[in-house]
Amino acid sequence: MTIQTPNGFTLDTSGKRIVVDPVTRIEGHMRCEVNVDSENIIRNAVSTGTMWRGLEVILKGRDPRDAWAFTQRICGVCTGTHALTSVRCVEDALGIKIPENANSIRNIMQLCLQVHDHLVHFYHLHALDWVNPVSALKADPKATSELQQKVSPAHPKSSPGYFRDVQNRLKRFVESGQLGPFKNGYWDNPAYLLPPEANLMATTHYLEALDFQTTIMRIRTIFGGKDPHPNWLVGGVPCAINVDGVGAVGAINMERLNMVRSIIDQSIRFVEDVYIPDLLAVASFYKGWLYGGGLSSKNVLSYGDIPDNANDYSAANLLSPRGAIINGNLKEVHDVDLRNPEEIQEFVPHSWYKYADEKKGLHPWDGVTQPAYGLGPNAKGSKTNIVEIDESAKYSWIKAPRWKGNAMEVGPLARYIVGYAQGNKEITEQINFVLKTLDVPVTALFSTLGRTAARGLECQWAAHKMSYFLDKLIATIKAGDSSTANVDNWDPSTWPKEAKGVGFTEAPRGALAHWIRIKDTKIENYQCVVPTTWNGSPRDNEGNIGAFEASLMNTKMERPEEPVEILRTLHSFDPCLACSTHVMSEDGEELTRIKVR
Amino acid sequence: MTEIETFYDVLRRQGISRRSFLKFCSLTAASLGLAPELAPQMAYALETKPRTPVLWLHGLECTCCSEAFIRSAHPLASDVILSMISLDYDDTIMAAAGHQAEAIVDEIVEKYKGNYILACEGNPPLNEDGMYCIIGGKPYLDQLKKAASNCKAIISWGSCASWGCVQAARPNPTQAVPIHKVIRDKPIIKVPGCPPIPEVMTAVITYIATFEKLPELDRQGRPKMFYSQRIHDKCYRRPHFDAGQFVEAWDDDSARKGYCLYKMGCKGPTTYNACSTTRWNGGVSFPIQSGHGCIGCSEDGFWDNGGFYNRLTNIHQFGIEANADDIGKTAAGVVGAAVAAHAAVSALKRARDKGGNA
Repeated sequence: MTIQTPNGFTLDTSGKRIVVDPVTRIEGHMRCEVNVDSENIIRNAVSTGTMWRGLEVILKGRDPRDAWAFTQRICGVCTGTHALTSVRCVEDALGIKIPENANSIRNIMQLCLQVHDHLVHFYHLHALDWVNPVSALKADPKATSELQQKVSPAHPKSSPGYFRDVQNRLKRFVESGQLGPFKNGYWDNPAYLLPPEANLMATTHYLEALDFQTTIMRIRTIFGGKDPHPNWLVGGVPCAINVDGVGAVGAINMERLNMVRSIIDQSIRFVEDVYIPDLLAVASFYKGWLYGGGLSSKNVLSYGDIPDNANDYSAANLLSPRGAIINGNLKEVHDVDLRNPEEIQEFVPHSWYKYADEKKGLHPWDGVTQPAYGLGPNAKGSKTNIVEIDESAKYSWIKAPRWKGNAMEVGPLARYIVGYAQGNKEITEQINFVLKTLDVPVTALFSTLGRTAARGLECQWAAHKMSYFLDKLIATIKAGDSSTANVDNWDPSTWPKEAKGVGFTEAPRGALAHWIRIKDTKIENYQCVVPTTWNGSPRDNEGNIGAFEASLMNTKMERPEEPVEILRTLHSFDPCLACSTHVMSEDGEELTRIKVR
Repeated sequence: MTEIETFYDVLRRQGISRRSFLKFCSLTAASLGLAPELAPQMAYALETKPRTPVLWLHGLECTCCSEAFIRSAHPLASDVILSMISLDYDDTIMAAAGHQAEAIVDEIVEKYKGNYILACEGNPPLNEDGMYCIIGGKPYLDQLKKAASNCKAIISWGSCASWGCVQAARPNPTQAVPIHKVIRDKPIIKVPGCPPIPEVMTAVITYIATFEKLPELDRQGRPKMFYSQRIHDKCYRRPHFDAGQFVEAWDDDSARKGYCLYKMGCKGPTTYNACSTTRWNGGVSFPIQSGHGCIGCSEDGFWDNGGFYNRLTNIHQFGIEANADDIGKTAAGVVGAAVAAHAAVSALKRARDKGGNA
């Protein structure tokens, strides 16, 4: 049977059904099913969020100043981005302005997350979709050294002896018979295209990156006390600045600022000498594999982030771009209003939730979530042993958010497409550099590889922007302003009886926003629409498919029983399922009736 | 299983000399707070054993424990994964997916009966027949029970697996429960924290691999070596507490001087963890050092113990030790009375702010 979706995809469910559950190397739990035709080309794709935690109902009735800590636990991978979104949301509701230093420190922390998260994603969650560590055993260390020196002459770890040592280490590891994380991988699948030397170089950097990433997040430990899950504060940041007098040794002082500077410099070096060259090297072997574009050439969305000056969330003041592009028309970038009830709405006809009227979508300020788990009539298996999903019915713990009715892709590629369309100078230069280096047209961006490349470019951008905000922080302190928190409205007795607010960020995985209603100093309603809710969205009433599903369409699989291509494309979004599936309602009353066995 | 190399074989074949190997053992022993004479014992253990298989499962969680684990500064996660354990299943980093991934659980459970470690991050929900967390089309609870069936021991990583944590906070909509509520016939080591300290996580693993035994646990099942003292007991700001010098408002002069955060809601006096000694991320800082009170994230039910900025009201909670109870004999009655008065005011205020429903 063939179905034409309004957003331009032809679905055919007649071919063989392939199930991947669990999808691994992601945050959280996810299932994917596809139908392949006789040529092993994917003709239908179904993505299912397979976990739900219900954090917003837990937030109900609590102190809004505590909300950052709860929402931060939505995700430990993009740790802190929910907390930042939450404090902005509460500050918006209560009209709290933060000091300039707090803005700089928050930006450094958020950018630090981007750098860390993108780097770890590329090497530790995504690389094994492109890189074959077993093939690395066949590499010639001398040729690998030459390759390394060609792609990145600045990186010091490049001698033949160095690569021989790493190769020996790998060899012993493989020969031990205990393959650990590489066990049952798809290492003889023809979808892997790198020559052994490139595999050895990239595998070596997998290990180097694993060691180096321990350093990056120390910036957040300095300002937030620990990482993952550093500490934040409504009204500013908790760390005080004291560069002069008594007690300076226990505050943000010269030594701390120097440590931040040193880590930023090391991060820039690692990203530019290792990550970007690896990305380009890998891409050069896969540039003929331009599957996975999905919605990216049609509908993309970003809210923008990284306010240059404190308290100004207008698009002009945001260093990370804001806008929406519809139907691939790059000539027109629409503004996005998170307060407008007609713009962002969530639908549930294919989600395991119940609305009174499921034909309608709800704006998050008026969101309702009532879980309603069950399988459709055509599902195979049973309620507690799903063999095949029935996507004509409800099939996911993820809701379907829409912007003015459109399914949207969010994330680094969406941000870079919006920035490129707006003529953002930094973004355009970066994109043109990559297109020129790889000798590919701009349409190559709309692909799995484009998504992966945009993430790398953004990592580089973020590393430099950390440096910008550290300079700004120091300049402000030098000018005599050391303040980090505004406590005028800290005391709940100063708050209005009722208030509502919205806060947003660009999380590593894409546009993120929280909506709050406060009543009598407590949280009355709290709603989050997160990046993977957008990307992992199931279908809507009109039958529009979401970004994950769209991206898998028409991809040729080498061996359907080995989901290398499915993993490659899904990973290019960096899915975060704990984020996407926690969403909970305004009234959690229904939940308390659920039987406890 | 003669084809399996020991930890020492692996190191030696990687070209690491016996001398460096022994040095590694001494350093590791030292980092674990062990007597130097235990280093040879560690060396012997590592020389003669294959790497212990580990199945690392994820239930309802946020993956902060895995993220913490890879941030360990000593040993580095790469060394743990390549040389100390055999991390055969961990859906966050493993290459395989789907049935190829699930086959690994079956294989390890049979092949290494009684000889593998089950590491649990997150917890199972019981509502909706467990289908709030689905793995391979089935409830996560099924996978957990299967993986636990032949394991030597379970490590409950973090506060989710140890206590329930955020998804189990009131009203716990999914009925998420800690591991020990559903697996009752295996030794369980709880390593609580949201997340636990990275170096504490790797130390617990290293300890088990080295000494072939589980660490000594307290009554609640936590390793005594890291969880037997309160943050407050070893806090570098403790002298300010004793002297009655408190931060009164965020970013006030006292905050800039690094005074005690007790009045800002710090839960250090009632929280058992190693943050104030081990510190975080290679010893760079810990929450109090960076200006925020401890939120008590390694304690059972910390999400429901009042707001994070409400100061502890029960002065006797300060502890078993007399000096904590007396909170600074030097400042004597003045401080004690002041603290108690503040506590009373704040309790009254809370009652006024919100009728009941703390």
